[in-house]
Amino acid sequence: MTTPAGTTPAGTTPAPAQPAVVMRDVGKAFAARRILDDFALTIARGEFVALLGRSGSGKTTLLRILAELDTVDEGTVLAPRNRSVVFQEPRLIPSERVWRNVLLGLPRRESTLARAQEALAEVNLADHARSWPHTLSGGEAQRVALVHRPDLLLLDEPFAALDALTRLRTQALVHELWHRHRPAVLLVTHDVDEALRLADRVVVLTDGKVGLDLRVDLARPREGTGSRFDDLRSQLLAELGVARPSSPA
Amino acid sequence: MTVQDSRCAPGELGRGSATSDDLATSDDLAAAEPADLAASLDLTDLSRRRNAPGRRAGLRRARWLLRGLVPAALLIAWQWSTSAGLVPPTTLASPKSVLEAARDLIADGELQTALRVSAGRALTGLVIGAGIGVAAGLVAGLWKLGEELVDSTLQMLRTVPFIALIPLFVVWFGIGDTPKIVLIAVACVFPVYLNTFAGVRGVDRRLIEVGRVFGLSRTRMITRLVLPNALPSVLVGIRYAMGISLLALVAAEQINASSGLGALVMNASNQIRTDIVIVGVVVYALLGLLVDLVVRLLERLLLPWRPTIVKS
Repeated sequence: MTTPAGTTPAGTTPAPAQPAVVMRDVGKAFAARRILDDFALTIARGEFVALLGRSGSGKTTLLRILAELDTVDEGTVLAPRNRSVVFQEPRLIPSERVWRNVLLGLPRRESTLARAQEALAEVNLADHARSWPHTLSGGEAQRVALVHRPDLLLLDEPFAALDALTRLRTQALVHELWHRHRPAVLLVTHDVDEALRLADRVVVLTDGKVGLDLRVDLARPREGTGSRFDDLRSQLLAELGVARPSSPA
Repeated sequence: MTVQDSRCAPGELGRGSATSDDLATSDDLAAAEPADLAASLDLTDLSRRRNAPGRRAGLRRARWLLRGLVPAALLIAWQWSTSAGLVPPTTLASPKSVLEAARDLIADGELQTALRVSAGRALTGLVIGAGIGVAAGLVAGLWKLGEELVDSTLQMLRTVPFIALIPLFVVWFGIGDTPKIVLIAVACVFPVYLNTFAGVRGVDRRLIEVGRVFGLSRTRMITRLVLPNALPSVLVGIRYAMGISLLALVAAEQINASSGLGALVMNASNQIRTDIVIVGVVVYALLGLLVDLVVRLLERLLLPWRPTIVKS
């Protein structure tokens, strides 16, 4: 099941009809377990895709393949060179100050404090440029991870370890940054409501294949209420095998 | 103020039937003595026992005095037993004569010279040994081939008690400074090697992944990720090695030495001058203390990003 490459995000300015990610005939197995089986997925430039799946379904493996942290056994994977990953737990280098963490990938002569501060200002952390990572809160550390300007932003349950209020604020920040810079986004999550509030498209990974590929045709910003929202949520929960989709936990 | 009667059945609590209305009026609750109230309600007064901050503060103030009590008693017993002639000075010199011996040794510069010679040996040996240990640890930690070549050999050599090597080193290097420095260096290699290797291998895999996501080259991965994050462990190894270097120094100097602290102590021992021997022991102990201070200072300077060190 392949999604046509020429899709545009719903309710927003149309992104170029060019794909940022192309995955075709992808196979991946760990020992005897097939994680991805003849898997295909296309993400358009500027498109926000959320990936759902039961635990152990291979969501994170899929993201790690796109981050070049895991290899595929077979198939084709195309992705932009300029990628950035935000993990569930903040991964800042403890021995480098925040601003050095921000500029980690850059050559030394391009690494200036001013440049890092400019990037940090966008996530309201300019004052923390010279702090050590261990002095940041969990939410602040995740914001540092979000300052990069990638063509493909890979989010591996980045809100899962945050408290409820920080989670809402960080979700809003992700949405704002995506809206402003238009990277292609793959958000791995187990939270159906989060996926529906943020994404253009929600993909459910079932038995190594795309089990459901839903376009979220709701206007932004989304409140997470309404009959269409409930309808989409019911479809997703049914695909995820939750018995009573009308009353989510 | 709502008080619930503990005697009521569990089911009654939920229905709200046992509220303050059924009990004494709130005026009674406010006015009654705690003990009476507890008795009439069949409750226990948990506020009866209180912290006694005054007593604890007193104890805290007296703490240093208390801790000094036993050492002071020992010192007095030492002075008394030696000056009363219970213990002959050839067995144990009195604290007073130890102090006098120290004063004399400092006055004619003998102690300073010996200290300089001995500290020089320990430091030279330590620098050489720690250097080899760090280098071997990095080679084994960073490259699989290096681990195969270096690790099993060093693990094997590690089981040799370094003191057992002294006779061999005397044959090889004579009785000058060389065998002593080599012994100290050999003793220092292993703790530094083991901790460097463990530190490099122990760097969080997830940080390495961050480096890969940002496309760091192998060189930058090592210099910016692996080495700084292995450094705490390397410093632990160096700290061990500093202690061991003193141990090796004492062992090496007691076999044969014509200069240094060990020579001073051994000569005094031959002349049954226990006062000078004790001076030597105390100086060795002070050296150990100094070494510990140096390591703490090093950690403070080199690891500013570590939360534990920032707090202390």
